[in-house]
Formats: sequence, structure tokens, C-alpha cells
Amino acid sequence: MKIKGAELIIRTLISEGVDCVFGYPGGAVLNIYDELYKFSAQIKHIATCHEQGAAHAADGYARASGKVGVVIATSGPGATNLVTGIANAYLDSVPLVAITGNVACSFIGKDSFQEVDITGVTMPITKHNYIVKDVNRLGDVIHQAFAIARSGRPGPVLIDIPKDVQQSECEYVEYSHQPAPVATNGRSTLRKAAELISACERPYIYVGGGIINSNATEELLEFADLIDAPIGSSMMGLAAVPHDHPRFLGMTGMHGKYAASQILAESDLLIAVGTRFSDRATGNKAEFIKGKKVIHIDIDPSEISKNIPAYVALLGNVKTVLQQLMAELEQRRRPAWRQALQAIKDSPDSRLEMPPGQLNPETVIKAVRRHASDNTVVCTDVGQHQMWTAQYYNFSQPRTFITSGGLGTMGFGMGAAIGACFGTGRRKTILFTSDGSFHMNMNELATAVSNQLPLVIVLLNNNALGMVRQWQTMFFEQRYSNTSLARRTDYVRLAEAMGAVGFKVDALSQLETILDKAFAEKGPVLIEVTIDQDAKVLPMIPPNGTIRDIILKA
Amino acid sequence: MDNDEFVISMLVNNEAGVLTRVSGLFARRGFNIDSLSVGVTEQAGLSRITITAHGDDYIKDQIIKQLAKLQDVKVVKLMPFNNSVMRELLLIKVQADRDTRSSLLEAASVFRAKIVDLKSDSVTLEITGERSKCEAFVEYLRPYGIVELCRTGLTAISRGLKPLKDSKSFEEESSVKE
Repeated sequence: MKIKGAELIIRTLISEGVDCVFGYPGGAVLNIYDELYKFSAQIKHIATCHEQGAAHAADGYARASGKVGVVIATSGPGATNLVTGIANAYLDSVPLVAITGNVACSFIGKDSFQEVDITGVTMPITKHNYIVKDVNRLGDVIHQAFAIARSGRPGPVLIDIPKDVQQSECEYVEYSHQPAPVATNGRSTLRKAAELISACERPYIYVGGGIINSNATEELLEFADLIDAPIGSSMMGLAAVPHDHPRFLGMTGMHGKYAASQILAESDLLIAVGTRFSDRATGNKAEFIKGKKVIHIDIDPSEISKNIPAYVALLGNVKTVLQQLMAELEQRRRPAWRQALQAIKDSPDSRLEMPPGQLNPETVIKAVRRHASDNTVVCTDVGQHQMWTAQYYNFSQPRTFITSGGLGTMGFGMGAAIGACFGTGRRKTILFTSDGSFHMNMNELATAVSNQLPLVIVLLNNNALGMVRQWQTMFFEQRYSNTSLARRTDYVRLAEAMGAVGFKVDALSQLETILDKAFAEKGPVLIEVTIDQDAKVLPMIPPNGTIRDIILKA
Repeated sequence: MDNDEFVISMLVNNEAGVLTRVSGLFARRGFNIDSLSVGVTEQAGLSRITITAHGDDYIKDQIIKQLAKLQDVKVVKLMPFNNSVMRELLLIKVQADRDTRSSLLEAASVFRAKIVDLKSDSVTLEITGERSKCEAFVEYLRPYGIVELCRTGLTAISRGLKPLKDSKSFEEESSVKE
């Protein structure tokens, strides 16, 4: 069957199981959009307000659903507007396929209208990228792109398709899927890891987003029971373990829980699973590993000994590796270690509570949690509200916490929440944001309204760029350079003007009633909550610090 | 040769942009390339890149692992100095007059260099060999007045039958540090 390149793109997407894509039309993708129109029964396209929002939406969709997110943009500015979204997906290992149009092949390299070398631009922030100049390669390239995006350590892949390639005819062939090869670990390496675990006295399991990517929560908990060890997580690994699981200590690192970081410091064996030891998670790397050996389990060989030297490295899908490792282990009981860590958990330093009975981030986030279900997806922007959400929102299920970890992208939240809504079949979705982050991409509220998404946006308004202000307070002698912005935005009227519902909460007494109303709405709701400008994210381990430097009180 | 120098050989898809992917990776990870040579191989569609760089074990390890992650890199391997043949080609142009020409030709013969161009006021020589030999030759010629020189960068091949393409893929290996 002879078809045009543009039709081949859509048919190939459908054969990859794609039923929802995000994007923004334009001159160099007109042919693709024409096919989207024809195939609208099989594939839904969500037009955002800006390509960055579309890229974040595809990212949020992928994280919520576990499928590959797809975003389409035109050449030039359309393509460059994707860059932050692609980088965000790259840093957080999110499977994403970005399709960009480009000017016709004969116009490439001539600085033509809306021409940009987007494969050149995105080379450092994609797992791989392609420019397809021959329509006969197009089908294979798209299938390869999906395979690369979802295999191994997931990540974004970009395909740049010149306009004339979309218009050229080629033969369409149905494609058959081939399973990707899996890395295997030698028995001797597994034994070595098992020996270390048996010989140690104070093991600690430290998990990252790899547990969520490989759907390995069950194996992780079984493993922890088998070796009798506590579990701490990075921010990316936070929802991998239910918050109330007796073995779970919570998040470690810069704004992690005292007990999670203190117990890690006292351990003699660190078993790191699906994590890359970000500097925000480790602080001072030399101190971080003092007095302990590290077993590192990860799918990406380049992460082994990149940030923290591994004594034993086990490669592969962490779910499989944990199963292999458990086969080499026997049940252990470590009463002394349990007793020691219980004492730390019971210490007054482990309590991080804001004053009850007032409107503050903790009371707001916990009240929102009571209105949500265990499977409600929570997205965030970046800054203080993000850390407070990580600290106070008690997550129960994997894929319910969607946040920009590695890149720290302010403005991520609106797009991500829209994507997450579609990724969960339009389930109620929560976005925690702030006045700073919301102003970055608030245009996407219009997208949420167009699609009548059941989105509850909780905007913590402290009239400042709170996280930067906190650093200015603590490390720059209160010189508040450009963080008190004196915005006059009326969020309730803004929400209404854009077709959403708006509420404002100034006192704790109003909170429950307004949340009841907000959660009863079918479409998007924006709730502005006024909080103290000097509320801080605590505890805090200063950059490159250790647990001994932890700041517990303001 | 510096003792923290190392040589990496890799087979890559012979496609547009591959060299940019490789060199770009070095740039953004902060690794320096000392020399680089590229050429086609016995297999259609595959090129071979030889890179010399220097750094400690951490840098060496990261370079190889990060290169292995590039989709266009099919095989990447550290070339052991004691079990590889490593060669470089050097072209060097030296001032020469009636008085110095004969001693230059003598030196060329000792170093097994070839005369590739001879003029009344200059001589251009070609030499192939290990890097230390090329460097010794340059030093020897320096007093004569070097006009210009150019080097291809190192290329390397393993001793014995086993070709690079049959090397074990890096990703299959787990490791234990002793």
C-alpha cells in the first residue's frame, strides 16, 4: 500500500499503541495535522497554548500512564519551545517521543523561514535523535525511536521530519515488535552482593525512580523484609513505597526527613536501587559514603560509580535484579539495628511539624490529601511548595507523584497536570503550585478549560519566589534581590476570566468548605491560598553538607 | 607518553552527525580529546574512531560508559598499550639549504622517514610510527627550522586475530570492585 509520509507517521504511532498526543500546529507540520484530522477517531490530539506546555503534558502523561508520551511541534520556534520539556524528560528518565516538522530538504541549511537545526540543539538532551530525509526510512525510524525511548533507562527521542518527506509517498509495511535484550548478571557478582548483605550489620535500602519505572514495589518490599532493612528514597522514588509502610523512612537528602538521612549516615551497607545519587540527594559525597560499602543496582551502566563509587554493581531492570538477588539470600533478623533506628525515628528531631491550627503549607497539603484518593495523581511545580508536597503529602501508590526532579523546571506543573489527567483517563488530578511557578506557564489553564479537565490547582501564594528567598535569608543576609515581585494578579478573577472556577483561602476556617466545593467541580478549579512569606522548607541540609549540618528550626 | 593517557577505539554508524555526537559528548562532560582519527572500515556502514585522551580511572571509566550509551556507537573498547599496534602519520616541512640538506637526508634514513617534497630551500618528510618515534623525529629536526608540521592523530589495532567488532559489548558486564 502506497501512502504519504504524514499518514505513515500517524499509522505508525497507532501501531505503537499511541492514542493521545500533545502538540501545536504550524506550517511545517500541516500535513501531519491533516492526517490527525482524518484519524481523529483513533488518536486524540490535545492542542496546548505553547509548545513547552505540550512537552510537559507528554511528560506528565508518560509518568502517570507508564506509556511513551508523544509531542508534536512545527519547525523553528515550535521546535525550540520544546527544548525545556525535552531536557526535563531527559533528566528524569521519562520516555518521550518528540516529532518536529522542518522546512523541506532543499531549504535546509539556507537559514530559511522558521528553520532551526533542532537535532543539533537537542543532541545533549535526548537519548538519541534523528532527521529523516528519506521517506522510506521513516517507519523504521519511528519504531526505533519508541524502542529507544522506552528501553533500558527511559528518555526522550526527537524525530525531525522535513516537510517534503511528510508529503512524499512510500510503501507502508506493518511492523512486528521485537523484545529488547536484557542485561544479565553473573552468578558470582550476585553472590558477592549477597555475601556483603549477609555480612553487614546495618543495611539501608535507598531507592529512586527506577523502582517506579520497572514497577518493582512488590519486589522491593519483599527484599527489605528478607534482609530486614529500612528503606529511604530520593524525591523521584518517593511514591514507590506507601508512606505508612513500617519499613519506609521517607525522603532523604537536602529537604528529606531527619530520620531518613540520619539512619542512612549510620548504616554500614547502602543498597542503592534505581537511583543516580543526585547532589541534592547526597550532599557531600565523601561524607555520604563514609564508613559504608555501596551495592548499586541500576539499568544504566554509566550511572555506576559516576557520582558515588560502587563496591558491587548489578546491572539490569531492577525488578529482575532484585528477584535474582533474593534467590541468593536467606532470611535475616537484625534486632540491634532495628532498635537503633527506632530510637532515631522516635527522637524529637524526627518530627517536622508546622504549628497546627493555622493556615500553613502543612495544614493545606494535609487537608488536600484528605480530599483525595490513594490513586489521585499529584503534580507540582518547582520550589518550596514542591518540597512541602514531598514532605507532607502522604503518597500511597507509585505514579501518583509527578514532579520535576533533575531539571527543577518552574512552569512544569500546568502542562504535566494536563498530561496526567489524560494519562489516567481523566481522573481527578491535583496540582500544587505557587505564585512564582504558576506565572511561568499559566496560559495552559486555558487548555485545561478547553478540555474540561477535572483539575484542582492549589496555589500557595507567599508573594515571593520563596525558595530563592529562603536561600537569601539563610545565606545572603536577607538581601532579597528580585524575589519580592509585588504582583497584583487576582487569581480568582484570572481563573474566571479564563473559564475556570476560582477560590481564595485566607484563613484555616475557610479551607475545608472551599476544598469540598473545589473537589465537587467537574472542570478546572484554582484555589489561591495565602501563606506566610517567611515559611521555610525544613529540615535543610545545606548544599554539599552532611547530616551534621542539618538545620531543623528556622 | 603521559602515564594517564589512554586510547579508545570504537565502531560507529557511518552517518551524518555521528562525529558531532561523539565530540559533543566529550565537550559537555568536560573531557578533553588529545587526538582523534576517523575512517571507513571493512564493513560498509561502519566507521572506526580512535581517540586518545588522558585522565584518571574515573574519567576513563565515564568516557567509555557514556560513549557506549550513544545509539550510533556499536562497540567501544579501551586499547591496551601492550597488546595493540598504534601508529600515527606525521608530515613535516623543514628549512633546508645546500649545507643542511645532506644531514637532513641522513636523519630521514635513520628514522626511516620518506622525502615527499624537495625544493631548493625546503624539504618535506613523512614518517609513520608510534607517537614517541614521531616526537623524537620532531625534536631532532627542530634545530633545522620547522616551517610547519601536521599529524593525523593515533590509530590503533589489536594484536592477534580477534577484531574489534567481536569485542564483548560493555553493557553486559557487571562489576565487583576489589
